[in-house]
Amino acid sequence: MLKIRNLEAGYGKLRVLKRISMHVDPGEIVTIIGANGAGKTTLLQTITGLVKIGSGEIVFKEKNLQKVSPEKIVASGCSLVPEGRQVFSTMTVEENLILGGYVLAKKGEGGIDQEIKRMYELFPVLKEREKQLAGTLSGGEQQMLAMGRALMAKPSLIMMDEPSTGLAPLIVKSIFQVILRLREEGNTVLLVEQNAKAALGIADRGYVLETGKIILQGAAEDLLRNRDVQRAYLGRESD
Amino acid sequence: MTPELFIQYLFAGITYGIIYAIVAIGFNIIYNTTGIINFAQGEFVMLGGMIAITMHSVMPIPLAIVAAVVITMVVGALIEMVFIRWLESPSVLRMIIITIGISILAREVALHIWGESVRALPYFIGNEVTSVSILGAKISPQVLWVIGVCSLMVAGLSLFFKFTSLGREMRACAANRRAATLCGINTKNMVTLSFVLSAGIGAVAGCVMSPITYSDYSMGPNLAIKGFTVAILGGLGNSVAAVTAGLLLGIIEAFSISVLPLAFQDAIATSILLLILFVRPHGLFGSSEAASLKEF
Repeated sequence: MLKIRNLEAGYGKLRVLKRISMHVDPGEIVTIIGANGAGKTTLLQTITGLVKIGSGEIVFKEKNLQKVSPEKIVASGCSLVPEGRQVFSTMTVEENLILGGYVLAKKGEGGIDQEIKRMYELFPVLKEREKQLAGTLSGGEQQMLAMGRALMAKPSLIMMDEPSTGLAPLIVKSIFQVILRLREEGNTVLLVEQNAKAALGIADRGYVLETGKIILQGAAEDLLRNRDVQRAYLGRESD
Repeated sequence: MTPELFIQYLFAGITYGIIYAIVAIGFNIIYNTTGIINFAQGEFVMLGGMIAITMHSVMPIPLAIVAAVVITMVVGALIEMVFIRWLESPSVLRMIIITIGISILAREVALHIWGESVRALPYFIGNEVTSVSILGAKISPQVLWVIGVCSLMVAGLSLFFKFTSLGREMRACAANRRAATLCGINTKNMVTLSFVLSAGIGAVAGCVMSPITYSDYSMGPNLAIKGFTVAILGGLGNSVAAVTAGLLLGIIEAFSISVLPLAFQDAIATSILLLILFVRPHGLFGSSEAASLKEF
């Protein structure tokens, strides 16, 4: 589904990502964990085209994403739930979802109303808030709205940037349950998280990113058992 | 003051006020999608009027107005594509200076094409002395044209932004440009569209007001200052407030001539602008919280 080879990218002269290679297969939940400033957000933004590829390549569904605009990448089925939700705060919940379906409408596929119903089923609280301005929602509700908006485009790969940030543990749990449900429905998820324990708990595979390099990778349960990971990201002292 | 005179001043105030409001809405549309003030907004009004006057020599007024509006919209699109579109994340200051440059350029071009002479479109109905009597005051039908057309535009725009998918996408762009990109919306096209729309409404205003206010190549900056005052007064980006603020300024100006010499009329807008910038920079109707989030 997604293959990245020797990717380097950054802002101006600052190189944030250094020779990153990774892949995501269809139907997987893959997580990227790492501390603040490791380059996780930059990696997702480079995949979406918001940050330019310096060198190396990103191939999504057999298509090289070099110099492809973010709009086209989204239209080709790769959606990002950005860090900090980024909902359209001056617009209603319903309008946010309709805008999420923009690429469907543009392809003339229709079925937007049906998709919105599906989102309300996935996130019942959004149905209750349908006509409310997105800016008035709580953090957890905004996160659900941001996820719903990205899902409206029926993406083949959905990428989430720190969905748990700033949310109460109970809400984090319900958001992660939704991610599991998405996988059961055949979606592919690339999850970037600081909350390594929760992310590895639901993921199939994981990558550990440190100062722009992938220093570890493997099955999620192996990473959970790995001593270095435990010490650095799970807050557990090694014996 | 007699009641007739009062009505007379009131209508004059409303006429100018709604024109200022249209210019202010033009500012707001572009401000909302780009975060910049397009100081060439007054030039769109000038171009609309001047082109319509030229076109009118070969075609009837309605056609000439349509042609002028379409041409001004194309000019708006070209300005965006040539001067704004290719800039990668430019600073607000750079963009504003570019629009000031565009405004000077447009005026110079207009001077070369049309010269310095003051022109006007003929009255749509009747002539200078035709009037209808409203509550004892004599009002030119052209005044009703200006008020009617501008009100229709304001209503049309708010319907467009509220109920059409294109309007919704433009609002999304205004609310959060990056998120709009992530929904697959081509935000650069939305910026072009905002220039086209602003140019269009400016040109329409330029045409209907021309018989009363006359048109010449240098009318842009004065209108831009008034429109900017109104936009700031209402709170940048808020078009409903712009109408209220526009009417307020227009009416204050109109009544001022009954107590102050005519020459002070333009000073009023500038004084209000300065006062607002010192005391309530987020405008009469804007919230300071929202203003603090704005880049400009």
